Amino acid sequence: MADRLASDLLRPVFQTTRKFYALIALLSGLVLCGVAAWGYQLYYGFGVTGYNWPVYWALHETNFVFWIGISHAGTLISAILRLVNATWRRPVTRCAEVITAFALMIGAMFPLIHLGRPWLAFYLIPYPSERGIWPNYRSPLVWDFFAINTYLLSSLLFLALPMIPDFALIRDRATGLRRKLYASLSLGWQGTPKQWHRLESAMHIMALAILPIAVSVHTIVSFDFSMAVVPMWHSTIFGPYFVAGAIFSGIAALIVVMAVLRKALHLENYLLPLHFQNLGKLLLLMSLLWGYFVFNERLTAWYGNSPHEMNVFWSTQAGEYSPLFWTMVLFNFVIPFPLLAIRRLRSIPTAVVASSCVVVGMWLERFLIIVPSLARKSTPYSWGSYSAEWPEIVIMVGSFAAMALLYALVSKLVPIISIWELKVGEHPRMKAAATVPETETAGELL
Amino acid sequence: MSHRWGMSVDLDRCTGCEACVVACHAENNISTVGPEEAERGRAKHWMRVERYWEGEFPDVRLKFRPVLCQQCETAPCEPVCPTYASSHTPEGLNAQIYNRCIGTRYCANACPYNVRFFNFYNPVWEKPLDLQLNPDVSVREQGVMEKCTFCVQRINAGKIEAAANSRELRDGDIRPACVQSCTANALVFGDLNDPESAVSRLSRSPRGSKLLEELGTQPKVTYLERELWQESEGIRRG
Repeated sequence: MADRLASDLLRPVFQTTRKFYALIALLSGLVLCGVAAWGYQLYYGFGVTGYNWPVYWALHETNFVFWIGISHAGTLISAILRLVNATWRRPVTRCAEVITAFALMIGAMFPLIHLGRPWLAFYLIPYPSERGIWPNYRSPLVWDFFAINTYLLSSLLFLALPMIPDFALIRDRATGLRRKLYASLSLGWQGTPKQWHRLESAMHIMALAILPIAVSVHTIVSFDFSMAVVPMWHSTIFGPYFVAGAIFSGIAALIVVMAVLRKALHLENYLLPLHFQNLGKLLLLMSLLWGYFVFNERLTAWYGNSPHEMNVFWSTQAGEYSPLFWTMVLFNFVIPFPLLAIRRLRSIPTAVVASSCVVVGMWLERFLIIVPSLARKSTPYSWGSYSAEWPEIVIMVGSFAAMALLYALVSKLVPIISIWELKVGEHPRMKAAATVPETETAGELL
Repeated sequence: MSHRWGMSVDLDRCTGCEACVVACHAENNISTVGPEEAERGRAKHWMRVERYWEGEFPDVRLKFRPVLCQQCETAPCEPVCPTYASSHTPEGLNAQIYNRCIGTRYCANACPYNVRFFNFYNPVWEKPLDLQLNPDVSVREQGVMEKCTFCVQRINAGKIEAAANSRELRDGDIRPACVQSCTANALVFGDLNDPESAVSRLSRSPRGSKLLEELGTQPKVTYLERELWQESEGIRRG
């Protein structure tokens, strides 16, 4: 059993098909297009984008919030599932943690891309300068800088720790250069009880630490908006609203990625309908929570009837941005809700359809938070509008390609399902302790 | 005595001639962007004259409102800047330090008056227009925010001039370009710390009000108007 696990899950690491190279070439091409578009923006000036007065934040910032949101897939979900010891989590955690690490790296690129003079971004680093100039610690952007770096560092640790035993497994089976690579990656792992014990406690500490970090990160991202006295931005609900939205889009992204991996790497025996069903239930819960937050945000603004806010409110509800708004409601609530709630409809394809809708819907949500408020600030004379130009769209496409590219590459480097954790789950004692329905389903198929 | 610079704008006097806008461009080396870019909302006018129509046709009244940086006492643009490019000077000005600006544009988003402008491209002055550049004002490169400075170069020059002549600054010594060029004397600039200055007296006028005062920004620009400006449904964008 253990051998079959290893050979099934290590196959992608040791065998590479021609299709894989074609995929890498395609994705790399798209990423290069994105990089070229950024170079174009840098060389010719920010004016090549659709940005204008007064909409000074638009697509780049939307993508920033979107990707940081997606990053909550992983670490947060896998940390929660680890802490509550949900046994069905075993094949899911690494998929999720990988999303987190890469979504954060991509998301953290956008604050650089959006700068007018990105070559001076190091001003944000509190380095001792002989002129005694420090970053402005009152600025939410500086809070962002620290929050995102903390989160990136801790989620990379959280991702890397449980990889060590699997690196050792590959080391023991590989030859030549690959053996050397994995020998250094596995940090001298021998599988002694002492090492296992340390790994377990380290992971437990990281799982506990990463929860408050993840919550704080998206709260601070929301502060970028809610700290400014801009109509419909200056709202106390933004912290929890953004965190809920982040987890919502994160689970959706996780389901989509899992479905792709299941097909592409033939993991049908590992990523079971049960996993999609359980994650689907979580997605349903988050959809309800998201709907509740939107309702709260909109109702209080409408009831308060402040003229500044009502201009923004009506531009999203019935004006220029209403098609996007109602598409968002459709994709985040109206479509996923029945697909996930009605038992008869629950299946892998419906979970994927619902999740894809949510990913698009949550992207729209980020856009609708940022742009309409800036286009309708307090003095009507300076109202404006925004439509994207090709550079920011190509950069955005490049960011999605970068996610897929990094994911494809990492699936070559490590087994995308944690082998040792699955083996632990296969141990008779763990199996007995597992919940009844899971043992049944898993037992049938394994 | 330290200074606290302020301005009063008499809306009953303003004719909407926009001489202040032109003077501001010339004094502060503000590049023009051309009709296409201006159409896209890329124009940079540190000073602009907003036009509002009041009432329904045929009972319409046209109102002008010159809007510039309000040099807020508690400015929303300042705390949000991650690099202190936007910061408060001891004399109460909202300074924009171009060398520190990395172009997050956060200050412009936080500013309720939309009086901060981003350089979407490097500025260009076709020959021989480059010869008219004001040597006292630095030009700004692509990716930098800029805004009204209350003509800080003229403030400094006025102080130096007064010191050279070993005398105190007098009210009216310092006149920003917009004030100097205002044909209707609608704009008055001076020291708010001097209770006898013209601007102090005008700022205390019962005709006075501040723009978006309810946001708590404490602007140092006072608008004077016989009837208080009220936002009503009849106002359309000009």
